[in-house]
Amino acid sequence: MTQPNRITGGLIDRAQTLNFQFDGTSFQGHAGDTLASALLANGVRLMGRSFKYHRPRGPLTAGSEEPNALVELRSGGRREPNTRATTVELFDGLEARSQNRWPSLAFDVMGVNDLLSPFFAAGFYYKTFMWPKAFWEKFYEPMIRRAAGLGSLTGEPDPDSYDKGFLHCDLLIIGAGPSGLSAALTAGRAGARVILADEDFRPGGRLNAETFILGDEAGAHWAAMVTEELRSLPNVRLMTRTTVIGAFDHGIFGALERVSDHIAAPEAGKPRQILWRIYAKRSLLCAGATERSIAFQNNDRPGIMLASALRSYVNRWAALPGQSVAVFTNNDDGLRTATDLIAKGVRVAAVIDSRSDGPNVQGTELFRGASVVDAAGRQGIRAVTVRLADGTRRTIECDALGVSGGWNPNIHLTCHQRGRPRWDADLAAFVPSEPPVGMTVCGAANGVFSTSAALRSGAEMAVTVLSDLDLTGTIPDLPKAEDAATRISPLWHVPDGGGRAWLDQQNDVTVKDVKLAHQEGYRSVEHLKRYTTLGMATDQGKNSNLGGLAIMAELTGKTIAETGTTIYRPPYTPVPIAAFAGRSTGKEFRPTRLTPSHKWAAEQGAVFVEVGMWLRAQWFPKPGETHWRQSVDREVLATRKSVGICDVTTLGKIDVQGTDAAEFLNRIYANAFGKLAVGKVRYGLMLREDGMVMDDGTTARLAEDHFVTTTTTANAVGVYRHMEFCRQCLWPDLDVQIISTTEAWAQFSVAGPSARNLLRKIVDPEHNISNEAFPYMACGEITICGGLRARLFRISFSGELAYEIAVPTRYGDGLIRAMVAAGQEFDAVVYGTEALGVMRIEKGHAAGNELNGTTTALNLGMAGMISKKKDSIGSVLSEREGLNQPDALNLVGFRPLDRSATIVTGSHFMKSEDEANARNDQGYMTSVAYSPNLGHYVGLGLLKSGRSRIGEKLRAVNPLANSETEVEVVSAHFIDPEGERLRG
Amino acid sequence: MAEHRLKAVTALGGTEPRIDSFDVLTISENAEMALASLACRNGRQAEFLKQGKKLLGCDLPEAGAIAGKGVVKAIWIGPDQWFVEAPFETHEDIARHLAAAFSGTASVTEQTDAWVRFDIEGPATGSVFERLCALDVGRMASGSAARTAIEHLGCFVLCREAGIRYTVLGPRSGAASLHHALMTAARSVL
Amino acid sequence: MIINHPILGPRDAQEFVYLGDAGLIDRPDWQQENAVDAFYDYLYLRDNPAGEHRELWYHEQGDRSWLVVTRNTVTHEISKVELARDVARARGRGR
Repeated sequence: MTQPNRITGGLIDRAQTLNFQFDGTSFQGHAGDTLASALLANGVRLMGRSFKYHRPRGPLTAGSEEPNALVELRSGGRREPNTRATTVELFDGLEARSQNRWPSLAFDVMGVNDLLSPFFAAGFYYKTFMWPKAFWEKFYEPMIRRAAGLGSLTGEPDPDSYDKGFLHCDLLIIGAGPSGLSAALTAGRAGARVILADEDFRPGGRLNAETFILGDEAGAHWAAMVTEELRSLPNVRLMTRTTVIGAFDHGIFGALERVSDHIAAPEAGKPRQILWRIYAKRSLLCAGATERSIAFQNNDRPGIMLASALRSYVNRWAALPGQSVAVFTNNDDGLRTATDLIAKGVRVAAVIDSRSDGPNVQGTELFRGASVVDAAGRQGIRAVTVRLADGTRRTIECDALGVSGGWNPNIHLTCHQRGRPRWDADLAAFVPSEPPVGMTVCGAANGVFSTSAALRSGAEMAVTVLSDLDLTGTIPDLPKAEDAATRISPLWHVPDGGGRAWLDQQNDVTVKDVKLAHQEGYRSVEHLKRYTTLGMATDQGKNSNLGGLAIMAELTGKTIAETGTTIYRPPYTPVPIAAFAGRSTGKEFRPTRLTPSHKWAAEQGAVFVEVGMWLRAQWFPKPGETHWRQSVDREVLATRKSVGICDVTTLGKIDVQGTDAAEFLNRIYANAFGKLAVGKVRYGLMLREDGMVMDDGTTARLAEDHFVTTTTTANAVGVYRHMEFCRQCLWPDLDVQIISTTEAWAQFSVAGPSARNLLRKIVDPEHNISNEAFPYMACGEITICGGLRARLFRISFSGELAYEIAVPTRYGDGLIRAMVAAGQEFDAVVYGTEALGVMRIEKGHAAGNELNGTTTALNLGMAGMISKKKDSIGSVLSEREGLNQPDALNLVGFRPLDRSATIVTGSHFMKSEDEANARNDQGYMTSVAYSPNLGHYVGLGLLKSGRSRIGEKLRAVNPLANSETEVEVVSAHFIDPEGERLRG
Repeated sequence: MAEHRLKAVTALGGTEPRIDSFDVLTISENAEMALASLACRNGRQAEFLKQGKKLLGCDLPEAGAIAGKGVVKAIWIGPDQWFVEAPFETHEDIARHLAAAFSGTASVTEQTDAWVRFDIEGPATGSVFERLCALDVGRMASGSAARTAIEHLGCFVLCREAGIRYTVLGPRSGAASLHHALMTAARSVL
Repeated sequence: MIINHPILGPRDAQEFVYLGDAGLIDRPDWQQENAVDAFYDYLYLRDNPAGEHRELWYHEQGDRSWLVVTRNTVTHEISKVELARDVARARGRGR
């Protein structure tokens, strides 16, 4: 197989031939090729269809700024749309397809949009599809989305993984062109910790694409030598295939490293890409510059590309975009394309220089003071029409055209902190003026365009920055290099002809669209951008923005400086969502916390539920149980009949110590703790400062100056943070120290009439746990199982005689096994969170559903707990009038009138005669469970003046669940209302 | 300690600590550390520091540091707050011991089983940590310590020997997730 | 953002939890006259400046210090970082 347009030379490895496919056709290229260069070498220049009008397009550029040559890569789950053929590294077996075309790239049915273009001008969405309103969502938008678009997603899961990572450096150098390399060499030799990042796979920047001589050798060779030295320095990290995508606050940068994009599939265990967060004390932006085009009629024909891109393909990749090439330029640099090609023996049909005073070019026909006014050839350029200096026209046959409208410094990262660039009229370009703190801009990115000056600029800026870092840098011996001045005479568009002249080729924005925006009053650059969508495509208008606003400046009679520019935001180039997600996908979205009895529970076949990050056993199905209710009912009944065990380790535990520990607790809990005796436990109600209930729990006094307080599982982190706030910010001189001990202890609830009997087989006999010696709300340090230190608390959430027993976590697995064995003679069960919930609802205990951030102590029936004799968080504002209305919500119980009926959480209460609406709302149901002890559903809810309405009949209405049940207001304490069991 | 009937399991749930070896890296679960927190009581600083010196054979470490002449070492964890580590076999009752030694000048809380400990050894540790946390682990000096987040888990990274030997302390309940994160990072790097 | 912790040096703001205006340190006296009004003002009435703002940050993934960070809400420039405990004491808070 031949590559008809492959010439000699270039930086490709001809020893490695790579097979690839484009739209089903097989081709060959070489290592070092991009997909675009390999296709051009094979004579393929039509690579895509445009976004809106489905115009045939070829590559405009040879880099990441590419607007046209967007292709789909790979297949199956790895299928990836919208990749730029100009940056895709060729590998053996690569499959690529063009997109936004049907049935084929050459014949695209939606090309009809191009004929309908008068209807699709700027602002067409707003005008054409205004009416009727309902048509927008159902008809117009889907239609437009189908017709205009990019590639499509695979829909299959991505089989690859994506990493994130963190890097630190003294100096981040962004871009490894002439200025970046000389800066890195300077800083690297000075011993600074340097990161040098470049989006290309080969460092060197334009040195790889130009025929420059540095000293006595080719520029690419100098770049390779410097690269080799940098790789040998341990303090320099050279990151190729790495795009710095954003400059964030205080020297933080985002960078995307494409680790495996250049191979068919990542190696086992290796990520496809890594999203790095780079912390840099200083940064040097050496991002170079991007060439811009000149707009003229049909300037989007395949084969028309930027002059620099054209010579990049020839010089770096030995791929000839055409057999007969023309060049259209308004500046000296554009002429390099002609001279480079002529030197390689390529036929250059003509050079069209818009200036009348441009330099001479040998070996081709040169037209000064001339412009290209049109291009012919729908699927690829065949000829250009040139308006000569004398006004006559000439047609020149060519199959490639290089266009140069000058260079735009790559200032994007200087704008990420809202820095506004400055217009430099001599360069005819915006240059950086307000880079982020810590960033210095070098070389072409700073408008320093000659190679010699760029090399110097990088080294000099590096020396300056090094001295900020207390390091001494020396400017290295820099090779002699070209030092041409920038000579340009701005030209943004050629006004001849009535057809469309393209500015933004990715979003299909033309010169006419800018004129229309002006005509309709959208004249500020921000309005221009949004009205025409200029620069709003994924390339962020790297080639096109300036042309658009220069034309607007002409129309309004202002200078470009007065007109101003829009600025750029991250990311510099598109970043896959997968890279932002990193490893946080599926089950790895967040860590999982396991309870000490997890292993045992899993052996029992427990069903688990996520509670925050915790995985808790929800219930333990037994053979023959086919519905979760069977398991839960059994666990509840067995616990109330004899004894049940439950892992309650997830509750937050905070150790509170110090001579002022009791006083501290007095202030963070609404109720008083000062008089709590050592060896006793007390329930605590914690308010927020606004008087709402924040959390609740139990606090055990282990010694005069030592308490262990518990929080709800969900609030453990927040309560701890709040306690630190109180300790450090409100009462800094209280002698109190706190630390979380949640994880240090495995804690189990043992509940039911046989709880004490079971524990007697566990607790060492020297500890008396009789009701007299260890009554309700007692606590103490004990030993179990022959000497293991443990803590015992006589507290109950279920309303039964109950204990919580805690051992160092490593023994938690042993303890659950020991207790299950000891419990056999009592028919003990182990119960999960579902049974726990049923029993607390039966007992009328408020929990998360009731402590929902909108309830007060009064709402929950605990107003009396707020001590008025002391200062505590929330006590003052809990007295506010609005929180103490006579019709305030009260927590009460509910049962269905028809005992076989179900009731639904979230139902709102309505009086029987009232219509069900918000005005008649009497409150809502917070918790519901089926009580196996009572044989019917029971509920807890917040009802206006609820406590005085016991016995009233209401409707519990839930329009979302489409349910309505007649309920009776009852006491919230369905089981043992006198509390005899827990004291027994 | 008394001989009791309960068997201990490691944080990863095994009867023996788990060890994973790569060519240039070893990740070992370590269940042989006793740990307690030590916080200075207000107004008792002089006696507290004196007792600290007696315990460690040197001054209590400054912010970000680890210190101790013998097997007992202190790790700074916050203002006026330290962890004290010692071998589990000989110091299972470390909290009781410290509370007695610092009688009234410190608040002491047992922390042994609040944490899972992984020791990470080998020349590739720096590259592995780059994928795990925002700390500049590559620049940590021997005998330094810092707390940070690893995959959403609040962890301590202790530098035992710069560039070679590190300890990660993570919440014990998250041991499996933390181990998975360490292994994934190691496989990704090595 | 990077917060230059007074004890630990520069740390990523991701390690911190934000609370809000540092005025939350100045909790009123519960026994003063019109205590409800004073607490109401304390809790709900705060400035929201476009510019320099003193705010409370908690080093949750670090040493658990509460900090008072003086930050320009427009530029994100951080001009001062103090331990909240020191600020509280300087503002007359003790026991």
